[in-house]
Amino acid sequence: MYVAVKGGEHAIANAHQWLGEIRRGDTLFDALSLDQIREQLALSVARVMAEGSLYDPDLAALAIKQARGDLIEAIFLIRAYRTTLPRLGYALPVDTSSMRCIRRISATFKDIPGGQILGPTFDYTHRLLDFRLAADGEIGAASKAEALSEDVPHILELLNRDDLIQEEELTNAEPGDLTREPLALPASRAVRLQALARGDEGFLLGLGYSTQRGYARNHAFVGELRIGMVAVEIMIPELGFAIEIGEVEVTECETVNQFQGSKTEPPQFTRGYGLTFGQQERKTIAMALVDRALRWRELGEDDLGAAAQDEEFVLSHCDNIQATGFVEHIKLPHYVDFQSELELVRQMRRDAATRQRRQQDD
Amino acid sequence: MRKTPLFSVSGLRKSYGAQLGCRDVSFDLHPGEIMGIVGESGSGKSTLLSCLAGHLAPDHGDVCFDVDGTGLVSTLAMPEPERRLLARTQWAYVHQNPRDGLRMSVSAGGNIGERLMNIGARHYGNIRQDACSWMDRVELSVGRIDDRPATFSGGMQQRLQIARNLVTSPRLVFMDEPTGGLDVSVQARLLDLLRSLVQDLGLSVIIVTHDLAVVRMLAHRMMVMQRGEIVETGLADQVLDDPQHPYTQLLVSSVLQV
Amino acid sequence: MTEQIITPSANDKNDTTTHNPETHNFDATDSYNFAYLDEQTKRMIRRALLKALAIPGYQVPFASREMPMPYGWGTGGVQVTAACLTPDDCVKVIDQGADDTTNAVSIRSFFARTAGVRTTEATDEASLIQTRHRIPETELTEGQLLVYQVPIPEPLRFLEPRETETRKMHALSEYGLMHVKLYEDISQHGHIATAYAYPVNVEGRYVMDPSPIPKFDNPKMSDCAAIQLFGAGREQRIYAIPPYSHVKSLDFEDYPFDRLRAPGACALCGADDSYLDEVIMDDQGTRMYVCSDTDYCSTRHERGHVGDQSDLFDSEEG
Repeated sequence: MYVAVKGGEHAIANAHQWLGEIRRGDTLFDALSLDQIREQLALSVARVMAEGSLYDPDLAALAIKQARGDLIEAIFLIRAYRTTLPRLGYALPVDTSSMRCIRRISATFKDIPGGQILGPTFDYTHRLLDFRLAADGEIGAASKAEALSEDVPHILELLNRDDLIQEEELTNAEPGDLTREPLALPASRAVRLQALARGDEGFLLGLGYSTQRGYARNHAFVGELRIGMVAVEIMIPELGFAIEIGEVEVTECETVNQFQGSKTEPPQFTRGYGLTFGQQERKTIAMALVDRALRWRELGEDDLGAAAQDEEFVLSHCDNIQATGFVEHIKLPHYVDFQSELELVRQMRRDAATRQRRQQDD
Repeated sequence: MRKTPLFSVSGLRKSYGAQLGCRDVSFDLHPGEIMGIVGESGSGKSTLLSCLAGHLAPDHGDVCFDVDGTGLVSTLAMPEPERRLLARTQWAYVHQNPRDGLRMSVSAGGNIGERLMNIGARHYGNIRQDACSWMDRVELSVGRIDDRPATFSGGMQQRLQIARNLVTSPRLVFMDEPTGGLDVSVQARLLDLLRSLVQDLGLSVIIVTHDLAVVRMLAHRMMVMQRGEIVETGLADQVLDDPQHPYTQLLVSSVLQV
Repeated sequence: MTEQIITPSANDKNDTTTHNPETHNFDATDSYNFAYLDEQTKRMIRRALLKALAIPGYQVPFASREMPMPYGWGTGGVQVTAACLTPDDCVKVIDQGADDTTNAVSIRSFFARTAGVRTTEATDEASLIQTRHRIPETELTEGQLLVYQVPIPEPLRFLEPRETETRKMHALSEYGLMHVKLYEDISQHGHIATAYAYPVNVEGRYVMDPSPIPKFDNPKMSDCAAIQLFGAGREQRIYAIPPYSHVKSLDFEDYPFDRLRAPGACALCGADDSYLDEVIMDDQGTRMYVCSDTDYCSTRHERGHVGDQSDLFDSEEG
């Protein structure tokens, strides 16, 4: 018996009710609080803030809870919320050299002024499941040391002093705003970095990895990786000076890359740059690799046809909210298009059959 | 030979950083004339051809073309739309590697028809007929018209590329080593074909090659390039039979020794 | 029409009590602007729309916003609609020609909720119709807006993937490649093998993607009394066809464009001029054909038109 696809509204309402119930899970167990998520799933929160491009750990925690732990869904919720927020002002560029670091390492020097600080890292942990956590065991507090009070200079600036590394061009040009202007290609480096900072961690990880495996190899070391809090300042025109409105946690990575030099320029190191909200080491290193690969034109390198060198390819595909929407939209009804193809295929098959018959008759 | 040139190059120079591509290149090309540019690889002849055809912007000098029969116009000063229009109507470019000049995922007929459709052809039957007659003209079996070039041999691909370029009767054809990368016997057949096409159609051609036999067979005049400069220029037969510059002498004698 | 969508946030309200309600308004429905978008954004979109109408068929870049629905699910159309809506508007939303497909329902309720506008299923009552994949069968009239959801606005995209290059091709009217594609179709299949998203030329200038409507609908775009607006959210493009513009489907003189529909008449209302959906009835492969435009079909039925199996109409409504 024919039953038309009716009752869409009802179906949607029911589906969403069910989603609400299953999100909660078995009520035998306590509901997760946002505080728990924010404090104990801090790296998920960091990723949602970075790719959602909104610094708000509480909202990110809410989004993760609402999304049942699906981080891309959570990022989506944050993005959709963020887009409606009014712009009250633009912050001054953050000064990462006055960062309060919880972690700061350099792969290029054994020791660095201010010292290497390992900080809370997974590095050198043995990846063995810790069953004490399963048994709700508490792991004792870490020992404390005095925080350094002075600024922490960027390691690469030390190389810069000796002219050994390419100098980044200072510009006072207003950076573009990817969320307020359509992406135009070719893009400025500022816009490129914005896109990468919001870009999908997995996508950048794969691309960054590909540069190491020879697809536009640029032979990178981590010149410096630092994680910590930086002050956010806003210029108040009425006051004539900037005031600090708060702090954000960021991860910053600068890579040192080989450069052959040319006939006109002596050999020099070059750099790639990554900066994201929160503690996001993997993403930030990958971002720096991809940034460096995208700079081939500016540095006079060859276009090797590698994906990571292709600005249009990278920028058009790095946003996971765009990607997930389009990839998943093919589950929407397409039966009208399918019907027209069906008719066309039938028509072409009829014609082919007629042709064949005619040939046989001849 | 008529007085007004079809194409005129003056004081052309192109360098890559510290490396010189070509310099001080000047010459005129008259309608129906075939100019051969010879030199070893690295002599700058391919850079020169790219500058002439508008694929590369030279650092100095000018490249002029008589667009509509009323005199020479600078193609460098032209806005890009005009230059691109020129490139797809009055000019043609035959690449050394046919893969660079063909659409490998489009059938032979589609490859030949593209330039026709570019300039407004909208009758499938006519386009196909033109494609057929050009297949025939470049000695490709018409039965292969719906096959993709990937299934063709190197020599067939090159003949297809030539047909694709000549179908709209361009006034000036640039050729970059059109016989390079082909077997000797295939080369000879292609040269024969090129010679008869060029004669029949009265084409003006600038052909870059390292192969003096190509110049001998096709060109009226020739220029010899060494390290980015023209070292000798003249009528093709004259230069080949009585080379004046030591480098030309070396080139000619090395061929004879083979 | 009552719209009842359970908002995800409604379920969480109780869990957020630990959170300071001053800093975040979690029950956001009330705090959004009319039709969701802020006025700045609407102005920006309207400017793009005006430019698009001034240059028919030209793709105007616009700073598409993140919407509360996924990219590829109509965010472009939703933004265009939001920028055009006034409180007096009456909105109809269709997907695959039907008012009651899930995505159409979802988008319609979005506007009912965020703009409080009247909604309708009747084509002739609507002042604004947002559509995915179809143009209504009922002829549109002056004053109506038809807003298309567009996934890939670039008709040259699958011939040339680079935006930088396709923009040049449009600027210089280098459209030969488009016909190469059609040539290839005919040489391989004896037909132009494009059944939907069939490219058109607008007013003799820009080649345009009509969005994935079946080519059956293409002729309705030409000389249309309504304003046709196209929004591609993910690709950040808006384009338009002003009323009574000439829209020509690309073809060859000897292989002219033809409309295509399943042969026969609608089993419910007997229409033999409408686009039909094929419905598989059982596992024996029995099929019936019904109008894809549900409003067209039910209106005809109400006026007494009948098809082979119109008794089904009553049973399904009951």
